[in-house]
Amino acid sequence: MSLSIKDDEIDIVIGALRPDLTSFMNEWRTIFSRFHLIIVKDPDLKEELKIPEGFNLDVYKKPDIDRVVGTSTSTIFSGYSCRYFGYLVSRKKYIISVDDDCYPAKDNKGILVDAVAQHITNLTTPATPFFFNTLYDPFTEGADFVRGYPFSLRSGVQCALSCGLWLNLADYDAPTQALKPEERNSRYVDAVLTVPARTLMPISGINIAFNREVIGPALLPSLRLGGEGKFRWETMEDIWSGMCVKVVCDHLGLGVKTGMPYVWRNDRGDAIASLRKEWEGVKLMEEVVPFFQSVRLSREATTTEDCVAEVANVVKEQLGSKDPMFARAAKAMVDWVKLWKSVGSSTSSPGA
Amino acid sequence: MAEPATATQAAAPVVALLKDELDIVIPTIRNLDFLEMWRPFFQPYHLIIVQDGDPSKTIKVPEGFDYELYNRNDINRILGPKASCISFKDSACRCFGYMVSKKKYIFTIDDDCFVAKDPSGKAINALEQHIKNLLSPSTPFFFNTLYDPFREGADFVRGYPFSLREGVPTAASHGLWLNIPDYDAPTQLVKPLERNTRYVDAVLTIPKGTLFPMCGMNLAFNRELIGPAMYFGLMGDGQPIGRYDDMWAGWCTKVICDHLGLGVKTGLPYIFHSKASNPFVNLRKEYKGIYWQEEIIPFFQKAVLPKDCTTVQKCYIELAKQVKEKLSKVDPYFDNLADAMVTWIEAWDELNPTGPVPNGKAA
Repeated sequence: MSLSIKDDEIDIVIGALRPDLTSFMNEWRTIFSRFHLIIVKDPDLKEELKIPEGFNLDVYKKPDIDRVVGTSTSTIFSGYSCRYFGYLVSRKKYIISVDDDCYPAKDNKGILVDAVAQHITNLTTPATPFFFNTLYDPFTEGADFVRGYPFSLRSGVQCALSCGLWLNLADYDAPTQALKPEERNSRYVDAVLTVPARTLMPISGINIAFNREVIGPALLPSLRLGGEGKFRWETMEDIWSGMCVKVVCDHLGLGVKTGMPYVWRNDRGDAIASLRKEWEGVKLMEEVVPFFQSVRLSREATTTEDCVAEVANVVKEQLGSKDPMFARAAKAMVDWVKLWKSVGSSTSSPGA
Repeated sequence: MAEPATATQAAAPVVALLKDELDIVIPTIRNLDFLEMWRPFFQPYHLIIVQDGDPSKTIKVPEGFDYELYNRNDINRILGPKASCISFKDSACRCFGYMVSKKKYIFTIDDDCFVAKDPSGKAINALEQHIKNLLSPSTPFFFNTLYDPFREGADFVRGYPFSLREGVPTAASHGLWLNIPDYDAPTQLVKPLERNTRYVDAVLTIPKGTLFPMCGMNLAFNRELIGPAMYFGLMGDGQPIGRYDDMWAGWCTKVICDHLGLGVKTGLPYIFHSKASNPFVNLRKEYKGIYWQEEIIPFFQKAVLPKDCTTVQKCYIELAKQVKEKLSKVDPYFDNLADAMVTWIEAWDELNPTGPVPNGKAA
């Protein structure tokens, strides 16, 4: 853990899609217990949450969400999107967010991975998006910039987002997992690297962390599949949000890292059953990726909120007519920026 | 603490992939003792030794290897006046080996690179991994967070468009180094004891539009796809700069690969790099490069190749033109380099005439 970061600068946000969080919280206890937690219960979940004692936490359920944003707006926080409510009400600088079916992983030496510490290290050391370092993160112990890396680029830029990975059940889509039902990810890749500028990637919401003050408004609930369900195979909301975040970061000169930390993702659900629901999302990506690759934001967009608003506009203009889902997503993005401004604490210093 | 592998004989593959389609190019000035350790992995392949330095010295090649050896006299004889584009007294001369090869694939390695061990202690067959990298597609248009999706035990992640899952042909495979890392002189001076002990079990495609520093110590490429771009520049004797040969080739190669829709991979395999060159000598060689790269990199980042550059040679000639136009003002060296780039292509085409090659396919 970086010595300069105080524990009270961090919120751990957990979206609860299942009621019994006992084993989840207990497995994470040694890592989570020193931090403040925000647990947001999926508004569609009927059963009572079971949370063990001994944590410093705030729990938000449907009535709380309704109170803060109004009953008509609270629907945007259904399912996996419930975690965004936690991002909205947090007042901390850093947020770490992990799905409720993920447990701490062990590294190649059998040592438990402190995912929080690794995410914080990622967020508090510079990113290097303008030139690829072949030894990956040059700021990690035992590594550095390689020969041929320009010195003017060695101070790097602020890292706004840290994307972790998953052992066991990797974040595959339903068709892939259905084709390889036994495949589990057992490869622990001991690296963190910066995703280069203008390179897009699928940013999974399963295990992420970000600097809320810098990039908070860009993580948003907006794209909702018609058949969105309660398994990650049945959603694209995080992928969509992640494309927005990357475009905004690229525009503002902020960095995005990927790699460690790993979490252990439990087996859950049936990929074949989810196939029907996810197919919609799979088809959408064919439009979504080229679209985001072509987005260029204006020079006037100097804050995260401005950037998100501009992306929303382009979504509406270029994708809105292709599928009503995109038109709704664009509107949701605009509404989110308004919501963030009214409910979210002051954020978003002008981009670097 | 990283150590080289010892019992490599046990690790020899049953089948040597591509053994008639791949040449191993090794520049050397001293001796080739290091080949003993690589014998189980390299012996099935043909070697092209490019002897740098004093041509009157005899380089002893260990018994049992099938090889051709070229010294400076041979280079002058074969290329005539065009030999001016091949560096003298610098390992950049290795690119002569690429030019005279008649094979589809090249693997090049430095003579101070040994067999490394993976975390389980097993000897790493670097050549085999390079071949796997080259024979499987690259994915430069969208980043896969689980790295190379074509490796066993991995795949494309959720959100990766299916239309991009076929990938593109891989033109180059850039391996890494355990023990002595490829640092520049200033970093070496500041951290003389740093050793790379981190084995990162990943191969990944370097995204389109992203440049990287390509190291020539442990490198393989598809000569048919990208060979002419692998010119290692003017270095060494009579030149104001050294240790930027592979860098230069890498930047040209990446720009051309991006233009032609080819892929470049980096990561595995690791070799064990045993010798740390003298950082003070390195500093003298690199000194100008450290300043010049501040201009060179933006040049390559902004370089655009016109649509009618449909072959590597055309792309390269166009790049040479742009180097002359835009970098000559940095130093007259770039003027000479641009000319040498053109000479290189002329020499390449002379030694590798287009037309049906023995296997019946057009080159």
